[in-house]
Amino acid sequence: MKEAIRLENVSRTFPQRGQRIVAIRELSLSVPVGQRLALVGPDGAGKTTLLRLLAGLLAPDTGRLRVLGRELPAEAAAVQAEIGYLPQRFGLYDDLTVAENLTLWADLYGLAREARRERLATLLQASGLAPFQNRLARELSGGMRQKLALAVVLLRTPPLLLLDEPSVGIDPLSRRELWELTQRLVGPETTIVWSTAYLEEAERCERVLVLQEGRRIADGSPAELRAELAGRVFRLVPGDGRPRPWFLQFWRHPAVVDVAVRGGALRLVTREPGKTAGLAPDLEPVAARLEDAVVARLAALDPPSPPDPELPRPPVRGPEVVIEVQQLARDFGDFRAVDGLTFSVRRGEIFGLLGPNGAGKSTTFRMLCGLLPPSGGRAEVLGFDLSRAARHARARIGYMAQRFGLSPDLPVRANLAFAAAAYGLPLWRRRRRIRELAEAFALLPVLERPTHELPPGFRQRLAMAAALVHDPEILFLDEPTSGVDPLARRAFWYRIARLAEAGTTVLVTTHFLDEAEYCDRVLIVDGGRALALGEPARILADTRARHPEVADLEDAFVALLDERRRARAA
Amino acid sequence: MLRRILALLLRELAILWRNPRSRMVVMAPPILQLFVFSYAATFELTRIPAGVLDRDRSPASRELVARLEGSPNFGPLLAFATLEEARAALDRREVAFVLHVPPDFGARLAAGRDAPLQLLLDGRQSNTAVGILAYGLELFDRFGRELAARHQLPLPAVRLEPRAWFNPNLDSSWFIVPGLVGMLSMVVVVAVTALSVARERELGTFDQLLVAPFRPLEIALGKLLPAILVGLFEVSAIVLAARLWFGVPLRGDLAFLYLALLVFMLAVAGIGLMISSLCRTQQQAIVGAFLFLAPGSILSGFATPIANMEPAVQLLTFLNPLRYLLVVVRGAFLRDLPPALLLDQLWPMALIGVASLACAALMFRRRLA
Repeated sequence: MKEAIRLENVSRTFPQRGQRIVAIRELSLSVPVGQRLALVGPDGAGKTTLLRLLAGLLAPDTGRLRVLGRELPAEAAAVQAEIGYLPQRFGLYDDLTVAENLTLWADLYGLAREARRERLATLLQASGLAPFQNRLARELSGGMRQKLALAVVLLRTPPLLLLDEPSVGIDPLSRRELWELTQRLVGPETTIVWSTAYLEEAERCERVLVLQEGRRIADGSPAELRAELAGRVFRLVPGDGRPRPWFLQFWRHPAVVDVAVRGGALRLVTREPGKTAGLAPDLEPVAARLEDAVVARLAALDPPSPPDPELPRPPVRGPEVVIEVQQLARDFGDFRAVDGLTFSVRRGEIFGLLGPNGAGKSTTFRMLCGLLPPSGGRAEVLGFDLSRAARHARARIGYMAQRFGLSPDLPVRANLAFAAAAYGLPLWRRRRRIRELAEAFALLPVLERPTHELPPGFRQRLAMAAALVHDPEILFLDEPTSGVDPLARRAFWYRIARLAEAGTTVLVTTHFLDEAEYCDRVLIVDGGRALALGEPARILADTRARHPEVADLEDAFVALLDERRRARAA
Repeated sequence: MLRRILALLLRELAILWRNPRSRMVVMAPPILQLFVFSYAATFELTRIPAGVLDRDRSPASRELVARLEGSPNFGPLLAFATLEEARAALDRREVAFVLHVPPDFGARLAAGRDAPLQLLLDGRQSNTAVGILAYGLELFDRFGRELAARHQLPLPAVRLEPRAWFNPNLDSSWFIVPGLVGMLSMVVVVAVTALSVARERELGTFDQLLVAPFRPLEIALGKLLPAILVGLFEVSAIVLAARLWFGVPLRGDLAFLYLALLVFMLAVAGIGLMISSLCRTQQQAIVGAFLFLAPGSILSGFATPIANMEPAVQLLTFLNPLRYLLVVVRGAFLRDLPPALLLDQLWPMALIGVASLACAALMFRRRLA
C-alpha cells in the first residue's frame, strides 16, 4: 500500500503575545493513497495548521513530513504544483463571472486550451453551476461559491485534495451536493483530507481523525469508533412529549456520559455497557453514531465537572408574548436579506432561528436587538422597538454576539465587572454577582487571567455569564455554538435549558439544524424567507407526511428547500 | 449616568494600558516627537562648511577670514584660488557659501573708501542661505564698525541694535518645545479617539456596548474623556521636560494654560470621534487620523509662520484649533499670559469645539442607528 501522507512526530507552535501556542503536538500519521480522511475538531484544534503543513505552506518546528513521496518543506514547490488545496477563504475573484473565474484559474494553472474545454464543461455540469456561468462570483450564495471554489481546485486532477472546512455554514442541501460533487469528480486513487465541523459528514469518510488542542483524540474508521459504544447507546421517547426535563436530569446523572435530543427523543450514552439501572424504565437500545463516539471520547478526557450550582433568579412576571415580529424586511442595496418574516416568541420559550449562513438569521437577530433598523415591518421586544427605544428596555435583555463581544485585553473579572456596571448593578451587588456567575459558569480558576488567553470553550461561557449579569428577561444568542466541540455544545444547551426552565426567554440562532431539537419552537429560514415555523417535532412530522424518507430536521430542511425550489420553478 | 460613564472610562483606560499595540500608539509619539523635534528640527546654523576666495591677501582681508574661521556658526574653511574652483565646490555642495574678497579690498579700506565684499550662496537650500546671510551680515557689520573705530573713521549714521524679547538668545528649542505641547496634545487625542471606536468595531465588541443600556452621549463621552485624560497626562510630561530638561521658562499662569488645553482637546476629540464614526477598521482610522493631522500641523504655525502663507490658505488656518492653542502655549512659556490674550484665543477654539462635538454626536448617533 503506497502512502500519500506520512507524518513523524510533527509539532508546530505559533507565538502569541509572548507565549507559544501549540497548534500540532507530536503528531504521527500515515495516510495510504486513495483514502478519504475526515479531519474533525473544534476551532483551534489544529485542523487548518495540519492542512497548511501538508500543503507545504508552513514548516514544522520538529518532526518529518512527507507528502506524495516528497520531503516537506524542502520540496514544497513540487508538492504544491501537484496537490489541490482549498483554504477556508479561497481566492475567487468577486468581480468576475463564474465562467471567467474558471478560465482565469485554468490559465493560471497553464491548462492546454483543448484539454480544458472538456473539463470545464464537465465541472459546470456536475456542479450545477452551468445555468449561472455568467453570474458574478460575489452574487453567488455561500453554497454556490464553495462549489465554484471546488470546481477551480478540480480543474486539474490532483492526486491529493486538501479541503479546509469546505462546507462550514452552508445549507445542508448544498453540503450534501458538495460531498457528492467531490466524489463524482475525483477518481478512486485520489487521496482526500476533508476537514469539517459536521460529524455526519465525517461519517461518510473511510477514516476519521479527531483533533483536540493539536492532539489526536480518536482515529479510525467510523465503524471502529462506533463499535466502542456497543451496548451503551439508548433512546427514550418522553411520554409527555417534553424531552427537556429528561435532558436536564440525564445530564447530571453520573452513569450517563452524553445525552442529546434527536427527533423529539433522547439519546443517551452510558458510562458502561448495559448499565441502565435507575435511569428510566423504557430505554430502547439503538445503534451508535459517530457523534456519540466522539463525544464519549471527549468526555473521557475531560472528567465530568460537579454539577453547576443553581443561579439564583428572581421570579419573572409580565405579558405572555415578549417578542412580536411582523412582516419584517431588510434590504442591503438591491439585495433583500430578510423578506417578510412574521413570528412571535412567548415568555419562557427557547426559540430557535435556524438556517444556513446568509439565510438572514443574523440580520433578523440584529434588527431585534436594535443594532440594525428594519427596511420594512415591525420588530418589538417587550413592547419596544429597540432601535429607537428606551434604554430601560435594553436593560431587560441580554445579548451574546456571534463574535466574542468582550474585550480580549481585560482580565475575566474586569469584563464581568464592566458588564455589571454597564447594567447599573449597585456596587454592593457586583462582587456577589460576579462570584455567583463565576461559580455557575465554572470560571473561578480563570477570573484573574487576561481574556485572550482563554480557550474557546471558556470564552463562550464567559460571554454567556456576562450576558446574564443583570438577570435579563430575554437572552439573545447569535450562533453561540459555532466553532466549539460537541461536548461543549451539549454543556451549553444544558445551561440554556436550565435558564428556560427558570423562566428566561431565549432567542437563539444556529446553523446546526440538529440543535433545533433543544428549542421549543423554531423558525427555519432560507434566502430571507420562512421555510417552516413551529415545534421541531411538529415540523418533522408534517414534512414526514409528505416525504417518508425524512429522518431528522436536516433531512426535513432539505426536503422543504427542494419543495420551495420546485414551486418557484413551476 | 455618571456611574456608567465612569465604568466606560475605566474600561477604556484599562484596555489602552493592557493592549500592547494601543500602548504603543499612546506612548511612542510623545517620546519620539520630543526627541526628533527638539534635537533634529533646529533653526540654528552651526559648523556650516564655508569657502573663501581671498584675492586680496592684505592684513585686513586676513583678519576678516580669521573672524569667519573663529565663528561657531561656520565650519571648516576651504580656501580657493580661482572663481572656477569656488563655483565647482558650491556646485558639489562641498561648501554652503563662498566669501569672495576682491583684490583691492585692503587698499580701498586703507584709503577710507567703500570696500565691497561678495557672498556667494547656495540658493538651492534657501533656508540655510537666509540663515547664513543673517549671520554673515552681523559678522561683517561688527568687523566694519571695529575697523572704523580703530582708524577713527566716521560710523554709519543709522545702526540697528537687535534685541530678541522673550527669547534673548533666540534659542530655537524655546520656540519648538512649547509648540510640541500643542502638537502632541493634538496627535494623542485624535489618535486615541479615532482608534477607540474603530478598534471595537473591528473586534466586534462595539455591538455589546450598543445593546447595553447606554445613551449614545454616554458612549461618546466614554470614548472622549479617556483620550483627554491621556492627552493631559502626556502634555504635563512635556511641560515638565520643557522646564527641567530644555530650560524653557514658564512665565504664564499654569491654570490658564490647562484651561486652554482642555478646550482644545475637546475640540480635537470631536474631530477624532468623527473620524472614528466613519471608519470600520483601525487601519482606516489611522489613515483618517493622518489625513487630518498632516494639514492640521502644517496649517498651525507650528513650524512655518502663518503670515508667510498664501492669503487663501491663511483663511483656512482660522478653522484649525491648533493655531489658537499655539499662541496660548508659546505665550504661557515665553511671556506671561494676560487674560485678554487668553480669551482672544479661547473663544474661537470653544466655537470649533462646539461645532466638532455636535457633528461627532450627530454622526455617532446616525452610525448607531
